[in-house]
Amino acid sequence: MTWVEVVLRAVVILAAFLSLPLLVGQTEHKLMAHMQGRLGPMYAGGFHGWAQLVADGAKFVQKEDIVPAAADKRLFRLAPAIALIPYLVALATVPIHPGVAGLDVPASALLFLVATGVGALGTLVAGWASANKYALLGALRAAAQLISYELPIVLSLASVCLAGGSLSLLTLTDRWQPHWLLWQLPGALVFLVASVAELTRPPFDTPVADAELVMGPWTEYSGLRFAFFLLTEYAGIVVMALLLSALWLGGWHGPFSDTLGWLWTVLKAFAVAVLIIWMRVAWPRVRADQLQRLAWLVLVPVALAQLALTGVGVVMGW
Amino acid sequence: MSESNAAKDPSSRTRGKAPGILPGLLQGMVTTAKSALRPTHTAEYPHAEPTLPPRSRGVIALLEENCTSCMLCARECPDWCIYIDSHKETIPATTPGGRDRQRNVLDRFAIDFSLCMYCGICVEVCPFDALFWSPQFEYAEYDLRDLLHEKERLGGWMATVPPPPALDPAAAEPAEVTAANRPERGRP
Ligand code: SF4
Ligand code: SF4
Repeated sequence: MTWVEVVLRAVVILAAFLSLPLLVGQTEHKLMAHMQGRLGPMYAGGFHGWAQLVADGAKFVQKEDIVPAAADKRLFRLAPAIALIPYLVALATVPIHPGVAGLDVPASALLFLVATGVGALGTLVAGWASANKYALLGALRAAAQLISYELPIVLSLASVCLAGGSLSLLTLTDRWQPHWLLWQLPGALVFLVASVAELTRPPFDTPVADAELVMGPWTEYSGLRFAFFLLTEYAGIVVMALLLSALWLGGWHGPFSDTLGWLWTVLKAFAVAVLIIWMRVAWPRVRADQLQRLAWLVLVPVALAQLALTGVGVVMGW
Repeated sequence: MSESNAAKDPSSRTRGKAPGILPGLLQGMVTTAKSALRPTHTAEYPHAEPTLPPRSRGVIALLEENCTSCMLCARECPDWCIYIDSHKETIPATTPGGRDRQRNVLDRFAIDFSLCMYCGICVEVCPFDALFWSPQFEYAEYDLRDLLHEKERLGGWMATVPPPPALDPAAAEPAEVTAANRPERGRP
């Protein structure tokens, strides 16, 4: 790989990282509005408010960046970066097109897990450094939630790795077969639910429950740093949807995959993102105890069963 | 669940039968999807005229010719926000030896809409049909004191007063019509 290619890949990944979350965010604005009988943003940019999030970004940039007097100032300033950058790394590992992933390393599945795991740390750091009781409560809830839901994610991903016999996401997508859709379905559902919980998105948003905790770990943040946390959430949706699309829905597999493979990956991921948005609109928030119950009594057993099923399948040579 | 149990359990009484978690979640998705496909309820107000019911209480319009300065409205107004000034004018007798007549001339009629609570008592109480409800509502001001509107402004709103609604199909005839249609008395 020449250095020109390295720079080119980095620029493309960064552009995707900054634009795709906005696309998801705008879709959420409009879809949620119509599901609630509203129109959503209509004026920014002229045509159906397409530039609403750009305008929001411009607003966030102008706002004062406040650091509370009692906060641990260095950590407080660092937390948005800790939350945001790992998702950039995770995005780079996802296979997009036959033979193309931003960052093609042999064990990219592991790198993906590590990156998203570190991302969760940003929430905890933000809550701890804020010196605010709402932020602290939110961070503790987030800690409990992220620890419980990390396991189902690891297990369901391990099942796919077992099925494809590789730790490289690129190889896994390459070896994907249509019958995986059924064979790996329980794992896919577990991954979907657990990743929504990992992103602390509704219905698993007790850490930022606005009626109880103001804004949870992000309570004290303002301006651009707050915007970075929002960007993290939507970048997280993009990353998780892309991975779900690549590993469980076949990624680039589809008609004309030689030329249109990337489009298939993105379209499938978009469908997953819409599903994640839809869950937010349709379902009420899960209580903290129900959340733990769901993780340990439903998702982990289902993921283990999936792992056993995959093992049987691999031995039988499905 | 037996009949007596069903009667005691409040949730089963109100909802018939409680759906499980999964049907409930699916139902939520179906409901939201349905309303996403239906037209929205949002009225983009400044760009689209709102459709107001004909009897909306937007503002009170004054038909100055009908007002006799009788002050009934001002006295009945619960928060005394109607201001009326008038003076008497003498109309000389038209026939020799006749009596001069006097009539009230309205100098000022103002309603302070920063006090008005839109109760409609003034409209109801006016015996001479000089006050009307108009659905016009776009008269916001930057200063509270600018909401005191004089009779010129109140008269201008007469143009926005809708015609009275048609009577119900089985309603009695209006009193004026009955009176006009009554056969003249005393003639064969
Ligand atoms: S609507 Fe009621 S409060 Fe307003 S001016 Fe008439 S009587 Fe007074
Ligand atoms: S009650 Fe009617 S006629 Fe009398 S002063 Fe008021 S508006 Fe004029």
